Amino acid sequence: MASDTKGESKFFVFQSLQTSNLKSLFVDSSSAATSFGTTLAKSPLSHTQYPYVTGSSVLGIKYKDGILIAADCGGSYGSTLRYKSVERLKSVGKFSVIGGSGEISDFQQIMRYLDELTLNDRMWDDGNSIGPKEVHNYLCRVMYNRRNKFDPLWNTLILGGVKKGVKYLGMVSMIGVHFRENHVASGFGNHLARPIFRDEWKEELTLEEGILLLEKCFRVLLYRDRSAVNKIQIANVTEEGTTISKPYALQTHWEYKAFHNPTQGVEGSW
Amino acid sequence: MANWSPYDNNGGTCVAIAGTDYCVIAADTRLSTGYSILTREHTKMCQLSDKCILASSGFQADIRALQKNLDAQHQIYQHQHSKKMSCPAMAQLLSNTLYYKRFFPYYAFNVLGGLDSEGKGCVFTYDAVGSYERVGYSSQGSGQQLLMPVLDNQLQAASPLLLPSQESATPLSEGEAVDLIMDVFASAAERDIYTGDAVEIVVVNAEGIKRQTMELRKD
Repeated sequence: MASDTKGESKFFVFQSLQTSNLKSLFVDSSSAATSFGTTLAKSPLSHTQYPYVTGSSVLGIKYKDGILIAADCGGSYGSTLRYKSVERLKSVGKFSVIGGSGEISDFQQIMRYLDELTLNDRMWDDGNSIGPKEVHNYLCRVMYNRRNKFDPLWNTLILGGVKKGVKYLGMVSMIGVHFRENHVASGFGNHLARPIFRDEWKEELTLEEGILLLEKCFRVLLYRDRSAVNKIQIANVTEEGTTISKPYALQTHWEYKAFHNPTQGVEGSW
Repeated sequence: MANWSPYDNNGGTCVAIAGTDYCVIAADTRLSTGYSILTREHTKMCQLSDKCILASSGFQADIRALQKNLDAQHQIYQHQHSKKMSCPAMAQLLSNTLYYKRFFPYYAFNVLGGLDSEGKGCVFTYDAVGSYERVGYSSQGSGQQLLMPVLDNQLQAASPLLLPSQESATPLSEGEAVDLIMDVFASAAERDIYTGDAVEIVVVNAEGIKRQTMELRKD
């Protein structure tokens, strides 16, 4: 520690004499060089402190016969729309579908964990297969455990499924906050889609009505969320099993008057 | 980009009142993050035994981990002692469990309520690292600052500084205590954005446990 302080004080001398030159700290004095070595050795593991490629909102609802989950196919590198055919909906076991927003590579890692989980489950060969409740619980533990290690998986996950006639829809955040709801949305969806869900969602929604509701919400997201993409997938989970649609484009309409000059007449704008 | 934090505040308010032969524990059901509501029906309460109920607000993931931990400890206790844990014992266990994580705390603010071994109502109130105290009534969480002065005023508890110490249980009847809780929650929901949607009220007495809910404002 003493050598550290010495090195530091030398650094400040250098700083005052010549303009702050980082090299001088490490090269000029032997004690400073040692302190650099120890800092390297002692420096804590560096973890993912921010995401690289991210997926935007995922929406999920319960409907009459099961669960619908929707996501777009965009993958953003910061604010650049870098990838446009990312699959963010995956089925897990026989009864569940998971939708991931946030860091794409972390999501793919989580899918590998789940592959291992379902494989081990299948190897029991007892005719039983883990359902959405079990998968959700597993994901909660994984996410919370990683946040406890200060090495979070940078995702918000939405999990839906139907097992033995029971519909299940839940959510887990990056730091392990989790809950179940009739309708869920991650990211921007929590601001833009959930108010629409709260107005229009009902228990006895049909498949067609459910899909229309999700498309309506995605259209709003597309208009207002810059990282949303006009290419979505919808997963449907029922008693019969899970189907994930091929990616398809949403019909959009950009000719609204308010879109032409959005700040017209607004005080303080130009 | 803003620095990552392992904590979040999911809000919520918990209250408990101890009577001579009952205990009322209540918590709202809103789960928030920042200015967003995550869900309107998330229970903050956890029944640890037939005479002991824990209500917690703070960081939901920590709260759930804490509840699971206590449940597991209680399971072991039952196997070893062939009985359920008493409420004061559970209170000590909760304190130890919180302090065990003193340097990476559970961000959980707890009120534990129930009946003690003599059948009297008891309330234990905590901070996040396990300091605790047996009291006649308490509240924790985002609405605490709004509720506590009203409880102080209405329950007229004897000062804890009096010697010899006075009975801490409230002289109110069970029905009056429940009514008071409904009122204070309705008031807190007016001003605290993290309290609302509904309040879950649990009454523990010699007959057992009764649950009821009351709707609160949803904005």
